[in-house]
Amino acid sequence: MTDQTSNTGAVRPATSAAPKAKSAGFLGLTGKDASLVVLVAVLTLLAPFILNPFPEGSAMAQFNAGYPDLMQRFVIFGIFAIGFNILFGLTGYLSFGHAAFLGVGSYAGIWSMKLLTLNVIPSIIVSVAVAGLFSLLVGWISLRRSGIYFSILTLAFAMMSFALAYSVLTPITGGETGLQLKYFDPRILDGALAQGETPRANLFGLEMGASYEMQVGAWLFTFNAGYYIAAIAMLVAFYLSIRIFRSPFGMMLRAVKSNQNRLNYTGISPKPYTLAAFVISGMYAGLAGGLLVAMDTQVGAERMFWTASGEVVLMTILGGAGTLIGPVLGAGFIKYMENIVSTINKTTLEGWFAFAPDWLTDVLVTIVYPFVGKGWHLTLGILFMAVVIFLPGGLVQGGQKLASMFRRKKGDDAAASQSQPGE
Amino acid sequence: MDAIILQILNGLDKGSAYALIALGLTLIFGTLGVVNFAHGALFMLGAFCAVTFSRLLQLSHTVIDETQKDFLGNPLKVDVPYIYEILGESAGAAVIDWAVPLSLLMAIPVMIAIGVIMERGLIKHFYKRPHADQILVTFGLAIVLQEIIKYFYGANPIPTPAPDAFIGSFDFGAMIGFDAGSIVYPYWRLVYFFFAAVIIAAVFAFLQFTTFGMVVRAGMADRETVTLLGIDIDKRFTMMFGIAAAVAGLAGVMYTPINSPNYHMGMDFLVLSFVVVVVGGMGSLPGAVLAGFLLGIVEAFASMTQVLEILPGINQIVIYLVAIVVLLTRPRGLMGRKGVMED
Repeated sequence: MTDQTSNTGAVRPATSAAPKAKSAGFLGLTGKDASLVVLVAVLTLLAPFILNPFPEGSAMAQFNAGYPDLMQRFVIFGIFAIGFNILFGLTGYLSFGHAAFLGVGSYAGIWSMKLLTLNVIPSIIVSVAVAGLFSLLVGWISLRRSGIYFSILTLAFAMMSFALAYSVLTPITGGETGLQLKYFDPRILDGALAQGETPRANLFGLEMGASYEMQVGAWLFTFNAGYYIAAIAMLVAFYLSIRIFRSPFGMMLRAVKSNQNRLNYTGISPKPYTLAAFVISGMYAGLAGGLLVAMDTQVGAERMFWTASGEVVLMTILGGAGTLIGPVLGAGFIKYMENIVSTINKTTLEGWFAFAPDWLTDVLVTIVYPFVGKGWHLTLGILFMAVVIFLPGGLVQGGQKLASMFRRKKGDDAAASQSQPGE
Repeated sequence: MDAIILQILNGLDKGSAYALIALGLTLIFGTLGVVNFAHGALFMLGAFCAVTFSRLLQLSHTVIDETQKDFLGNPLKVDVPYIYEILGESAGAAVIDWAVPLSLLMAIPVMIAIGVIMERGLIKHFYKRPHADQILVTFGLAIVLQEIIKYFYGANPIPTPAPDAFIGSFDFGAMIGFDAGSIVYPYWRLVYFFFAAVIIAAVFAFLQFTTFGMVVRAGMADRETVTLLGIDIDKRFTMMFGIAAAVAGLAGVMYTPINSPNYHMGMDFLVLSFVVVVVGGMGSLPGAVLAGFLLGIVEAFASMTQVLEILPGINQIVIYLVAIVVLLTRPRGLMGRKGVMED
């Protein structure tokens, strides 16, 4: 962008024509963004291979993340974090109640499956719409204040939703037991199920749990229908978020973050923009909630608890708030830790350090053990603090710093100075 | 009438805890301008100070008691706490019985030290950063602190009883002329309320009547001028952070008999105390105390069965409802100062 203005007039036609040609090339994205989308698409679609690098039955097999349940969580929470990033990363409004929208979306989704049809498409649409309406209400009230007051207001709304879902709204939410699909649900658009058949979420007959398994040598790869539906939803969500980041609307949101007063002085009210961002991110959360229900047809109120809202904050900051890919990375990182690192126990550690003398093994296991297994939250907390203190741009900024250090070693200073934290 | 008094009393003990935590939060915010999400963790650390202290007192070794025999006729092995040997049996038993109040003595220096280390080691670097960063880093710290406690003390609540003298309830109704049995109130909750009142009074007196407090108040009002007068205000603010940590810690120590401490008790209180601070008005010490007691009492009234019959579930959400209404109608909270957190 900046090199365009610094160029002399003679070169300008050539440089300004280049991005235009590229932007026409791929869904209205510039070259760098287009390659990012392609990269993410390839990684997501090949995830069953990439996340399963260790052969079945080997000692490292427990680090394989390529099983459907976890892969679905990666992409679904990726969507959640992408949406949160549109609000926090662009406008700087720190919401501590986003899990409420995910929860409301989940409840709406499961009711659609109970009342209308087991098809996931209507259920996801209902989830997004209901979460959008709810976030419109919450946002309209909460956005009257900013800063810590906004955080507390969103937190208050989320905790109210949680408390109500647990107590008064039990007829709608199932209270402590939550909601599951039942054989006797009305499902007015579907025919009656055959005797003894359990209701399962499907896409025009394709069940979410359906998987194709591929055995290659010692490796077992699982291709799950639900995962691919969620993955496509995430790619669409990711693409939309790039478009929002690059649009004039995204620019306005950034203006809100950098200086609201200046916006007010120029005669622009920031409220419609922040509210739109809030509703969009609420709809992303609703989409994530709807997908969660589609993959695993049950809902409980605990997914609205404020720690769930805190988790999406962690994901976004850890990956890099305000960057495009950061939230997805952060979501994947935290879900990987939650599901894989938390399963490491003392025996596993002893296996790893078996090469060392016995006394050293004991020392190493004693040192490492508090940070893995049940203590994975400790590692997460320390990492999170380290990121906030040293890398405000998250893992993405860390990666860029490493890359620029590497490039500088090659003596290419010009390239290094250009890599800015993606804000 | 007696029902109303009972609910006010019920609200007072929870309100005391809210008020103490909110007071500490406001002290930190008012002096250093830092939004401390780790304050609930300090409350929790205080509670675990009490657990640690009572465990230390009960450290014992096994001796063979020749006077007692087990059923096989062998001498019985009994555990004898060291404290019995130091102070004698009756005094030792009394000390163990009074472990919770006595651990206040240990909690004060420990919590001040933790507070000062926290401020010098971490918070200091965040004065110039946005409030969102302060929230995030202290949120991370809270996770780390509670996981450390979980590692050493386990995930289950640890019962820590009050001294025998305060176990049980008394009939408050009979004392003030109502029917016997109409208002029954546990002793320890009354102790907690008076304790909170004393601590709050002490903090206000300290700020109001000592030179140190005067300088701190001056620094809260206009930091720059105080610095220009040649006073090292940073040092005093660090001390105030220590004091705020101690207030939260003491609230935690005394709360252990009411609720057995577990590693996430801090987070449970944190959310509510932030609501309290915001309702009271960021940066206003009287506001924090007032809002703490007020919300405690409001919560108690909302839990009455008569109220729940009309508005089911209201007890779960009333605090948040009040917070939303207050924030929308009185943007600075009940007693907020102008120009605080309004950027």
